Amino acid sequence: MNWLQWLVWGFSGTVILTSILAASQGFGMTRMNIPYLLGTIFTPSRDKAKLIGFLLHFANGWIFALVYVAMFHAFGLATWWFGALIGIIQAIFVLTMLLPIMPALHPRMANEQYGPTVVRQLEPPGFLGLHYGIRTPISVLIAHAIFGVILGAFYVVK
Amino acid sequence: MSTEPPKIQDYAIIGDGRSAALISNRGSIDWLCWPRFDSPSIFGAILDPEVGGSWSIRPERERKVSRRYLDNTNVLKTTFACDSLKIVLTDFMSVTSEQNKQNRLWPEHELVRQVRCEGGDADVIVEFNPRLGYGRIAPKIDRVGKLGWRFGLGTHVYTLRADGDLDCFKQSSSMGTLAKLRLKAGKSIAFSLNFSEEGPAVLPPLGNSAAERLQLTSDWWRVWIAQSNYCGPYERHVVRSALVLKLLSYAPSGAIVAAPTTSLPERVGGDLNWDYRFAWLRDAAFTVHTLFGLGYKDDAKAFVNWLLHATNLTRPQLRVTYDVFGERPLRECELQRFSGHRGSRPVRIGNAASEQSQLDIYGEVVEAVCYFFGKEEPDHEMQKMLRQYGEYVCDHWTEPDNGMWEERDKLRHYTHSRLMCWVTLDRLIEMHQCGRIRGFSIDKFRKQRAAIRREIEEHAWSKKLGAYAQACGDDVVDASILLLAYHRFEDASSDRMQQSHARIRQRLVPRLGLVHRNEQSKNRREGAFALCSFWETDFLAHCGRADEAHEVYEAVLTFANDVGLFAEEIDPETGDALGNFPQAFTHLGVINAALTLRDIEEGGHSMRRTS
Repeated sequence: MNWLQWLVWGFSGTVILTSILAASQGFGMTRMNIPYLLGTIFTPSRDKAKLIGFLLHFANGWIFALVYVAMFHAFGLATWWFGALIGIIQAIFVLTMLLPIMPALHPRMANEQYGPTVVRQLEPPGFLGLHYGIRTPISVLIAHAIFGVILGAFYVVK
Repeated sequence: MSTEPPKIQDYAIIGDGRSAALISNRGSIDWLCWPRFDSPSIFGAILDPEVGGSWSIRPERERKVSRRYLDNTNVLKTTFACDSLKIVLTDFMSVTSEQNKQNRLWPEHELVRQVRCEGGDADVIVEFNPRLGYGRIAPKIDRVGKLGWRFGLGTHVYTLRADGDLDCFKQSSSMGTLAKLRLKAGKSIAFSLNFSEEGPAVLPPLGNSAAERLQLTSDWWRVWIAQSNYCGPYERHVVRSALVLKLLSYAPSGAIVAAPTTSLPERVGGDLNWDYRFAWLRDAAFTVHTLFGLGYKDDAKAFVNWLLHATNLTRPQLRVTYDVFGERPLRECELQRFSGHRGSRPVRIGNAASEQSQLDIYGEVVEAVCYFFGKEEPDHEMQKMLRQYGEYVCDHWTEPDNGMWEERDKLRHYTHSRLMCWVTLDRLIEMHQCGRIRGFSIDKFRKQRAAIRREIEEHAWSKKLGAYAQACGDDVVDASILLLAYHRFEDASSDRMQQSHARIRQRLVPRLGLVHRNEQSKNRREGAFALCSFWETDFLAHCGRADEAHEVYEAVLTFANDVGLFAEEIDPETGDALGNFPQAFTHLGVINAALTLRDIEEGGHSMRRTS
């Protein structure tokens, strides 16, 4: 495994993925804000949450890049389309499995069964993240696919 | 309940420093734009009861209504009472300090309405009828389990929650969402309407948590008002006006909008309907003077920072108006779907005045900046900006313009515009003499200042009127002439100023305390311009007629509505409020005149003159 390439392209992929999601938010496609969601696990302060979440998000990017790299080595294949395929699979997993169970995982997220409490007040994302805007799945899919494209295209399996 | 739509003075305002809502004395929110003052409306019934949208909470049967703000806050209490029955409606938008937001989740925007039955059992009707995009869209409202009712447009999401049973809400295609609630004595129910555009919505719980937010909100307003060092006559009115100004300031940038509304008519049934949800440079000097006068140095600093940021983009030319972030306001257009407040059409959004030529604003900006810096020396960049304004005025003061009243018919050589050009150069020369600004030809500025003075004294003085006229070479009486004394161009006791005031009294004052802005507006059957009454107060105070000044001031204060709010104008016959509401310019006038009266009584001259 090439550790330097993992660090460089994992970081680059995360930068691009974060930029795409932030741009989607700015252009009114989605209210999905992953750094804010991650950060509010640790603090209710909006500003601090965004900062903490931003750092965590980059750490996550590297961890997920490690999984991509492992897949490249397992299949002996690292191409842009294979990276994109892994990215799409990851996005589908996030949208259909992870986001709906977020209220159970996130200590500050409310759920539809019990309603908000003093601690749990964040709006849950719902199936496919649709509560955050109907175009949320599209932006998540595109962002993850491009993350995979970057890793697949530039990581070299020796 | 009356079927007549509410009048302008029937409204009160609540807000959160980013947006504001108007609530009628019938318990109906008839105006709300989120996320900021100039965003499209979600409730717009004040401009059209049929298609505008509203959110009403009221007793089923007609009751006697009284309203008040909780002391030193912008939390509104409306009481509906009849015999032993008493229902109290408390309305506020949640605000708290940044420090408090560090240890709790806080919604982007939240409007809370709590209704409490304090005597007998009462039936309460709740009608929730949002219309997004200035009445364009009747949104589909979805139930989201225990998270409440949700609707949205794009990624903007609105959530309505209640701490009672929301199942009693019935969706009706014509009336929106409707509920009838039976409240027993001592019981209350709270509603929260919440808006989010930036990220996942924060949905605060109600019950005790809503009571805590009410406490935090009240505390925040009280802490802010406690920073005021005002101690003097008419304190109640000064405090209310300060709270209105704070409501009209956009916290993220420091801008202060002229009013939170658009197209409330200057003449009911007429077409003098304009969008005031922007910041006017004309208010700058007045605003800085007021904020400093009350001791709000941080607010004054925020406002001046916004002023410098906004003007930096276009200097040395200035626009008349800017949006809250210093950008060009919306291009003016008409909303055909709205029938207008009490039939006053058209309803406009955007304001074409931003494209006008108004030379007086240079004097306003320079005076505001000079006042703000006081005895300090502005930095290099600031000095450069001030010099550019001085040079611009030297090159352009002879040109006609649209003037401070933003007349759209033709350009004139307005006396007030000339005056403010004189103020620009006079204040820069003063600063130069004190060594606070360098880098321009003092002789050139002095020469131009003298030329402007000559122009005003020779051509703005009308022999026919025996008074200063609205514009050079005409014979129209205009209340802005009083500002010649306000800005120290001429002493208030001079013969010319006394004669000019006498002419204003004769032609523009329909009754004590009310002053039309000029003869054109009087002929157009507009109301009296509230700010002019405060100019007259200031003028009388400065020419040693303090008793008369108090008389005028007290007379105009009687035209405030039941919760102390003023619109732009006042109908001299009925006393009704006219124009956009509440108006920052008028409330600035309330405070400034009180400061003058206090200073004159305490020290013999006003703070403005010794700055």
